[in-house]
Amino acid sequence: MAKILVKPEVCIGCHLCEVWCAVAHSKSKNLIKAFMYEDPKPLPRVAVEEDLPLTFPLQCRHCDEPDCVSACISGALHKDPESGRVIHDKERCVGCYSCVLVCPYGNVFIDHENRKIVKCDLCAGLDMPYCVSNCPNEALIYVSDS
Amino acid sequence: MQKFNYLIIGNSAGAVGCIEGLRTVDKNGTIAVVSEESHHVYSRALIPYYLDGKVNKENMHYRPQDFYQRAGVTLFSGQRASEVHFDTKEVVMAGGERLGYEKLLLATGGKPIVPPIPGLDKSNVFTFLSMDDVLKIEKSLAGAKDAVVLGGGVIGLMAAEVLKKKGLNVHVLELAPRVLAPVIDETASDIVESSFKEVGVEIATNNTIQEIHGQETVDKIVLKDGTVLSCDLLVVGVGVSPRVDLVANTAIKIERGIVVDQKMQTSVPDVYACGDCASIYDFITGENRPLPLWPNAYSGGRVAAFNMAGKSRYYTWGTGMNSMHFFDTNIINAGMNVSEENDQNLEIITKVEKEKRIYRKFVINEQGHIKGFALIGEVARAGILLNLIRSKVDVRPFKQKLLEEDFGYAHMHEELRWQLLKDDVVLGVI
Repeated sequence: MAKILVKPEVCIGCHLCEVWCAVAHSKSKNLIKAFMYEDPKPLPRVAVEEDLPLTFPLQCRHCDEPDCVSACISGALHKDPESGRVIHDKERCVGCYSCVLVCPYGNVFIDHENRKIVKCDLCAGLDMPYCVSNCPNEALIYVSDS
Repeated sequence: MQKFNYLIIGNSAGAVGCIEGLRTVDKNGTIAVVSEESHHVYSRALIPYYLDGKVNKENMHYRPQDFYQRAGVTLFSGQRASEVHFDTKEVVMAGGERLGYEKLLLATGGKPIVPPIPGLDKSNVFTFLSMDDVLKIEKSLAGAKDAVVLGGGVIGLMAAEVLKKKGLNVHVLELAPRVLAPVIDETASDIVESSFKEVGVEIATNNTIQEIHGQETVDKIVLKDGTVLSCDLLVVGVGVSPRVDLVANTAIKIERGIVVDQKMQTSVPDVYACGDCASIYDFITGENRPLPLWPNAYSGGRVAAFNMAGKSRYYTWGTGMNSMHFFDTNIINAGMNVSEENDQNLEIITKVEKEKRIYRKFVINEQGHIKGFALIGEVARAGILLNLIRSKVDVRPFKQKLLEEDFGYAHMHEELRWQLLKDDVVLGVI
């Protein structure tokens, strides 16, 4: 099971993980195009918590026993036994926000415009999640079993 | 007689939670499900979304079409269990067939409460709980102008919103002085009522049906206060009560619902219960009560599964909790719903911006533990608050920060923050 862990003591609060997460989930995968021209604008699935000088990013933990999956009323969330990822199917999501009510980390994000949620998918299909590879101070560490 | 390692009566959230739980620990045990309805497993919670046209028939299904097949489940579809014999471990079906079991899960759900008012049996009166209900309502929408909804709780208000969006004139009747009274406080009720009234839904509180007029169908309703309403469609959304008739005359312990312990086990060995039919442990009050909510049903079924398969597990975080939205006003609440004036030494802290429909409220006990909260308009990251309730931490050092919209782990004191995050999130030296 892969996970993204964080070293709060080296996070510099630059929010680049948020920026690159949005790029990773954009249509163009290009920073300028995504932010200038894409509609809807891509949303990040990671949030930097701040109470200066403290900063640290958080994203979905892909829990072993995910509360969000238990709470989901539409079957839009499931845990993939193969990869261990908690996967969200936006086609099935109705925006009831039951997952927001139960996620202990507050890592399910609301997409108000489309009345759906977005969450980290560990950059499915990429070897290394964008937030990790683009963190300038290596505050995010990708730990995989394999 | 067919005999199964695991037999589940019911086919909704609790049953699916149980099947998925069983298959994580026991790949080979035989599982059977008895489903009274002949629909593929669907989500009752999506009924308002279906009527609203937001979800099609296909997406009503809570799990894919091949779910039972892949999970190796024998499905008795469109068949009703009529008797359970705990001594011989058999379930008798309405058609006379017998099924044997080693472990049994009762997940029979709830039945809609219909008040004893003469005339509620007419053909344009509907409950709002099953697929069949909503298909009937859908058919009767054509030509209907005036809808009346009996019940100003979660179910009634969801029905009222959809009917309004469908272009009907909608009247909501609520016996209590305000809507959602058991769930949220006066301020929150006000905000919800205003969002309904703004779009022209009439809400009559302290009021109910006195008389129903009409032959085959309801065409006129006289209210307790004498008001007369014309009515083409009447939806009864008063709530659900546990469906326990299957085991009502057995030795099993029933107090409103089928009583279970934290392992979801009933008073009868090898028999478990979960979901709307059960009376489960509420971790905030420490007492058992029916908590007919989706997450409790699924999680209860999953916990039951582990115990049925011989792996000890407890369901210790069931409580009253809701995530709702009415006309784009989002509401999330959990735990105790008490007002400023309470006799339990509970401190209430709030932030209100009524015109913006924003409200945050926390109920805090003498030890500084959160016992309940309600959020309107700012619901993001609510789960962190639920986690604080579960973790029983003293929130007094950062009490005022709870009222800020961006409240998160960063705003707690250091020791608590890393304690809550260390197992799963943090690497390195703190």
